[in-house]
Amino acid sequence: MSLNRRDFVKLCTGTVAGLGVSQMFNPAVCEAISGSLNGERPPVLWLQGAGCTGCSVSLLNSVNPHIKDVLLKVISLEFHPTVMAWEGEPAMEHMFKIADKYDGKFFLVVEGSIPTEAEGKYCVVGEADHQEITMVEAMKELGPKAAAVLAIGTCSAYGGIPAAAGSQTGAKGVRDFFESEEIATPVVNIPGCPPHPDWIVGTVTVALDAIKKHGLADGLGEVVEILDDDGRPTPFYGENIHDNCPYLEDFDNDLLATKFTDVRGCRMELGCKGPDTMSDCYKRKWNNGMNWCVQNAVCIGCVEPDFPDGKSPFYEPA
Amino acid sequence: MSGCKRNGAAASGKTAHIAIDPVTRIEGHLKADVTVENGKVVDAKLSGGMYRGFEQILRGRDPRDSSQIVQRICGVCPTAHATASIMAQDAAFGVKVTNNARITRNLILGANYLQSHLLHFYHLAAQDFVQGPDSAPFVPRYQKSDLLEDRSKDLKAVNAAAVDQYIEALDVRAVCHEMVAIWGGKMPHVQGLVAGGTTEMPTKDRILEYAVRFKKVRDFVNNKYLPTVYTVGSVYPDMFKVGQGHKACIAYGVFPLDNAYSKFMMKSGVYFDGKDHKFDPSKIHEDVKYSWFEDSTTGLHYSEGKTIPAPEKEGAYSFVKAPRYNGVACEVGPLARMWVENPPLSPVGQKMLKEKFGMDAKRFRDLGEDAAFSLMGRHVARAEESWYILDFIDAWLKEVKPDEETFTAYEIPESAEGTGFTEAPRGALLHYLDVKDSKINNYQIVSATLWNCNPRDDKGVRGPVEEALIGIPVPDIDNPVNVARLIRAFDP
Ligand code: SF4
Ligand code: SF4
Repeated sequence: MSLNRRDFVKLCTGTVAGLGVSQMFNPAVCEAISGSLNGERPPVLWLQGAGCTGCSVSLLNSVNPHIKDVLLKVISLEFHPTVMAWEGEPAMEHMFKIADKYDGKFFLVVEGSIPTEAEGKYCVVGEADHQEITMVEAMKELGPKAAAVLAIGTCSAYGGIPAAAGSQTGAKGVRDFFESEEIATPVVNIPGCPPHPDWIVGTVTVALDAIKKHGLADGLGEVVEILDDDGRPTPFYGENIHDNCPYLEDFDNDLLATKFTDVRGCRMELGCKGPDTMSDCYKRKWNNGMNWCVQNAVCIGCVEPDFPDGKSPFYEPA
Repeated sequence: MSGCKRNGAAASGKTAHIAIDPVTRIEGHLKADVTVENGKVVDAKLSGGMYRGFEQILRGRDPRDSSQIVQRICGVCPTAHATASIMAQDAAFGVKVTNNARITRNLILGANYLQSHLLHFYHLAAQDFVQGPDSAPFVPRYQKSDLLEDRSKDLKAVNAAAVDQYIEALDVRAVCHEMVAIWGGKMPHVQGLVAGGTTEMPTKDRILEYAVRFKKVRDFVNNKYLPTVYTVGSVYPDMFKVGQGHKACIAYGVFPLDNAYSKFMMKSGVYFDGKDHKFDPSKIHEDVKYSWFEDSTTGLHYSEGKTIPAPEKEGAYSFVKAPRYNGVACEVGPLARMWVENPPLSPVGQKMLKEKFGMDAKRFRDLGEDAAFSLMGRHVARAEESWYILDFIDAWLKEVKPDEETFTAYEIPESAEGTGFTEAPRGALLHYLDVKDSKINNYQIVSATLWNCNPRDDKGVRGPVEEALIGIPVPDIDNPVNVARLIRAFDP
């Protein structure tokens, strides 16, 4: 099977709304994607720049597949500051060793943005050779060696909160940073503050599946084809919240909620940014289908490149 | 596999300098620099390696935006930052929230307390004692890690059970997030906490959904988490004897039980010099002599606070400011809250303290100052607090009124100020909001990490974690296991 956009959409969203990526995670698929690179689970190095760790915590909420299977069967997470056992210089050395050993064949996951002012001093990620290593330096070293970068979260995709007006840290998203450093490694953006675990796991799985079938370059090429102009996989970010909102009928009938606890009525007057936001929250929902922002309050457009400045004030109509 | 490196030429004679950077399995970027002499830590510097500038980003915005932005300080306890922010807004806007809103807020924050404590013990700290599977990310690890099985071969079964619980706790903590999401919209980063109350009124169905999940969490805390903490503790009796630090702590009070905020599940108070003191917010100030912030901003009360980074400042070594209460470096967190409140211990705790430690302890302070303010004492405090909150959540579930209003409307005043005091799972948290021209004029945050992980103050006094590191045993400088154990016991 060759993985075109239609297959991907089918895999990721299924026919029943809300099923999510779970259905592609049968054991056969797990089996198929393990050994995508070099007959081993692909090595993943996860760097945290200027962020809040919320993306990592969101990924821990992955239910189907269980996060345990992601960690132990799908990928080999060789570096992750919040979960790995190792620490200090040896951990940093291990990370650089893996990058050399799997040059061009490991995945670099970036969470948080890259602060470029003050020579990168606003974010030190560790030490090696008794020298502090900044996020800027780590990205320059690892970026070119990675097969691809997964920019997870709005911070690493577009700068996010740390790059909001008023910040003096020069925080940048990965694509921007790579452009200024002339690093050509492909970048897949999985924005959201934080992203839904399905968006992360779904993209990883499909990428590995494509690579398994078509080799590294062609496989990645297939994934790049399904990205929108902002670098996001369209199956998750291809539809508009407002167009699919359960309150759309209220909106059409001018029935507008005037306070948060109103049970009925479109949330536009309360600041809802659904009309400017592309993601499938409306059908996937959050935390195992428990709730989602519009049903609960308003959408603040956290998956969009102009979040937060273009979306604020959050509680005023756009 | 080599251990943690001695810092170059600095290793001379019996003195060695060890830098651990990054300290992993924490939230954020932290480096520890310790000096070891004769197998013990004699000096320590703790350095926060990240600055994002929330205070600067908040300036000039709509005050209501603050609760959304400040949540992004921490993905583990965004609910606490949101709570502090909306309390500051409530105060500034002069809005009194309804009874139902207060209870709903408690249910949202309470569920995340449980999430945070479970995540901390099982997924951040447990690998300091238990050996995980031989697969990344559980390897590589220290060669001589002093784990359960290194202490006794008989502990294989205990280790295996703890690893199973690591996996199970992944689910249980995700269930806690589901509980938050029921009225919080989603986690991490909630939509449901706003100035004036909450955005969704509880309904009968949703209360039931919460209750069903809560039962599962409650069972896990009672039957797994509590006994495991005491069992692990009994294998490491030496860890009850180290890490006391300044023996000073502060708690602001959290989970209000009345609308005047006069009664709390965990009350406010301060403890230092062996005595209890009443909490007085005017006694807080922040020093920056050793922090990368402009010297002219040192010693300020938070209401006068300024946050101006100076990343090149000579002599400074951290992006964390050094808050002091009445000049004292106070620790915050579950231990601080449990010491101040001194609630009864769980039946499991009382029984196991008797069986494994020969101790008759009914309340938290019965552990004694030395055992309570210790590396392992902090894990016990966190587990006991998780148990203590269960009955309160149960009561709030019965008290919350289906379909009764949780939101009160308000106007944003042209100028006003307000402070929100609460407790993040990891400790005392305050947000200060100053509004001018209906916009944010000044916003200052004193978080738990600031209280615990600060560098020296202007007088040269070490921060709480720095001080607690003094005396920590490091018998083998290539495997400074206990240094990280101590730091992680705080939940930085
Ligand atoms: S994108 Fe949002 S959730 Fe992720 S690290 Fe940044 S602030 Fe945290
Ligand atoms: S609530 Fe938001 S997304 Fe839904 S119809 Fe109204 S504006 Fe559109």
